[in-house]
Amino acid sequence: MAIAESGETTVTRRTAAAKKPIRLFRNLWSKIALTPMILTAVVVFMGGTIWTIVYSFTNSGLLPRLNWVGLDQYERLWSTAKWIVSIKNLAIYGVFSLTFTLVIGFVLAALLDRKIRFEDTFRTIFLYPFALSFIVTGLVWQWILNPEFGIQGIVRGWGWESFTFNPLNDPEIVMFGLLIAGLWQGTGLIMCIMLAGLRGIDEDIWKAARVDGIGVVKTYVQIIIPMMRPVFVTAVVLITSGIIKLYDLVVAQTAGGPGIASEVPAKYVMTTMFGGQNLGQGFAASTMMLLSVVIILIPWALLEFGGRKRG
Amino acid sequence: MKLTTKLLAATAMVSAASAANAVELEVMHWWTSGGEAAAVGKFAEAVNERTEHTWIDGAIAGGGDTARPVMVSRIIGGDPPAAFQFNHGRQAEELIEAGLMLDLTDVAEAEGWEDIVNPPSLLDACTVDGRVYCAPVNIHSWQWMWLSNAAFENAGLEVPSSWTEFVAMAPALREAGIVPLAMGGQSWQQSGAFGVMNVALAGEDLWFRINRDKDASAVRSPEFRAVLEAFGEARNLAEGLDVLDWNLATAAVIEDRAAAQIMGDWAQGEFQVAGEVEGEDYTCLAGLGETAILSTGGDAFYFPVTGDPEIEAAQKEMAALLLSPEVQVSFNSAKGSLPIRGDVDLTTVNACTQTGLDLLANGNVMPDGNQLIAPDAQSQINDLMTEFWNDPAMSIDDVQERYAQIIENAS
Repeated sequence: MAIAESGETTVTRRTAAAKKPIRLFRNLWSKIALTPMILTAVVVFMGGTIWTIVYSFTNSGLLPRLNWVGLDQYERLWSTAKWIVSIKNLAIYGVFSLTFTLVIGFVLAALLDRKIRFEDTFRTIFLYPFALSFIVTGLVWQWILNPEFGIQGIVRGWGWESFTFNPLNDPEIVMFGLLIAGLWQGTGLIMCIMLAGLRGIDEDIWKAARVDGIGVVKTYVQIIIPMMRPVFVTAVVLITSGIIKLYDLVVAQTAGGPGIASEVPAKYVMTTMFGGQNLGQGFAASTMMLLSVVIILIPWALLEFGGRKRG
Repeated sequence: MKLTTKLLAATAMVSAASAANAVELEVMHWWTSGGEAAAVGKFAEAVNERTEHTWIDGAIAGGGDTARPVMVSRIIGGDPPAAFQFNHGRQAEELIEAGLMLDLTDVAEAEGWEDIVNPPSLLDACTVDGRVYCAPVNIHSWQWMWLSNAAFENAGLEVPSSWTEFVAMAPALREAGIVPLAMGGQSWQQSGAFGVMNVALAGEDLWFRINRDKDASAVRSPEFRAVLEAFGEARNLAEGLDVLDWNLATAAVIEDRAAAQIMGDWAQGEFQVAGEVEGEDYTCLAGLGETAILSTGGDAFYFPVTGDPEIEAAQKEMAALLLSPEVQVSFNSAKGSLPIRGDVDLTTVNACTQTGLDLLANGNVMPDGNQLIAPDAQSQINDLMTEFWNDPAMSIDDVQERYAQIIENAS
């Protein structure tokens, strides 16, 4: 045993002496394999981002041109009613979507985790909407919420004549019409992630909790959820990126209407750039979107991931 | 006849010049609905049968707002199609200024477009610095109101002959359980209807001062305020019908649940598909029966610069072909639009189309808003009008001032 060990060390030492360890060539193959991805990240993402920011200070129309106008595009952006409405809508949608997706996703996962019958069937049913594109979801819910053919029409058909549920044509609550569709599509995936997290919890924790006489709900809230922190982080990142990107659902379900009541920032960018042929204005709006993501996401990511490494 | 012969001869000459060089012409457009596809098929047929070139169809579904970015990115990206469709107006202005579009001036001169294109404003829209860059193919007009005869009958009323009469009848229609005005939920419909009311109720002079001269004081005038007030009242007429798409709003008029709709001449196709007869089932009012005038929007074809002389010759040949009398007749008969030349007769014409043709022949025409206002300001106006339409709490002063600011900053 001792001989073998000393032999091994000599071999290692000899190799180390023969090949001077050059940092650049360590894991050479994996680095070569990574090159395309690194190039994509630097050239496409970083390059594209910088290009967009630079051109947001120009008065580019249909074609990009370097004709500086300073902060004009940003001044116009923040004095445009549609943009302000978009930001408010995104905030409403974001807060409710994040809360409800997490709560509903976790509750569904916890229920499935109670070893119910037909778990597979339920899981499939809940996950199924995620397989649809947002366009399909938007159209389906546009019809379900249509006052004549959808829920309102059916309930009135049953005899409840005064029943009113018409979110897509009411500027006050149209965002909740979108929220319902968004939740219907998105919670299934979060449920699956949560379920995987719950399955990763050691059975012994449950046994210990039971021995100590702790109730089921209390066990979930005080023991299991804190243990699932990484799972929640993943879920939050997924949900937030979905919120910022919110575009296709709006286009398919309400087209921003009634009026401008359900406009969102991504749609503002698309319509000014291609409908209004004003690239500069669209770039300014997308830069503001990036800025808000950076301001919220980077400190949070540093806290979440940077802190763990040091700890 | 003499002109036709001359034109044919010119076409033949162009054909002869490029006889040996058959090329494939990729044409991009967004005509994908039933009637539209049939119409564009006429173009393809003409190119395939009357020239030795081949038409490669590059249809993009989803309408102009989806298709235009795709076309523009292909052109900027250096992989342009041989030809593409845009609306009459300023949408291609920057592409022309950047030198990306083929100069068609020699074709226009050889074919005498200056004499045949009616109204001339369509050719003006294609002309930048005296050079012609596009081939107009059809005319669509916004200035129509469509009325359901049965809806008025059910309410015990005569079909009105003007907007003023119509507004007066609205309470009686309500009593009969009929929604007076059908309006879809999309911004372009509401903004478009406002444009029609602007011309019909305040006259074309005010409209020209605002849209052509960019005169903000015209927007701040009491006449314009009256139009905004009328538009605000029209909002009440439209209450009770919640639809998004224009054709669903038209369907409400066809089914007599709504009495009228302000919509362009493309709506007539819906009535025809539903088997309705003009005069019996529905009535049309040009310019809301107040100011009989047609706006002349529609479509034009542009030909990107390719640098290949063979393709260039084929492009020019195609441009000449699109405006030839036979192709104009077959295309516009299928599309339901009006031809861009006054010297041809459509095969099937009903009273509404005839009214349009008469207005066109008498010169009662004005340019489409898109021809005078750049897309940027146009989309701001769309947003403003749809906001106003959907928010009764918005004050007229506020709308008027914001409209004036858009016009002040417009180019």
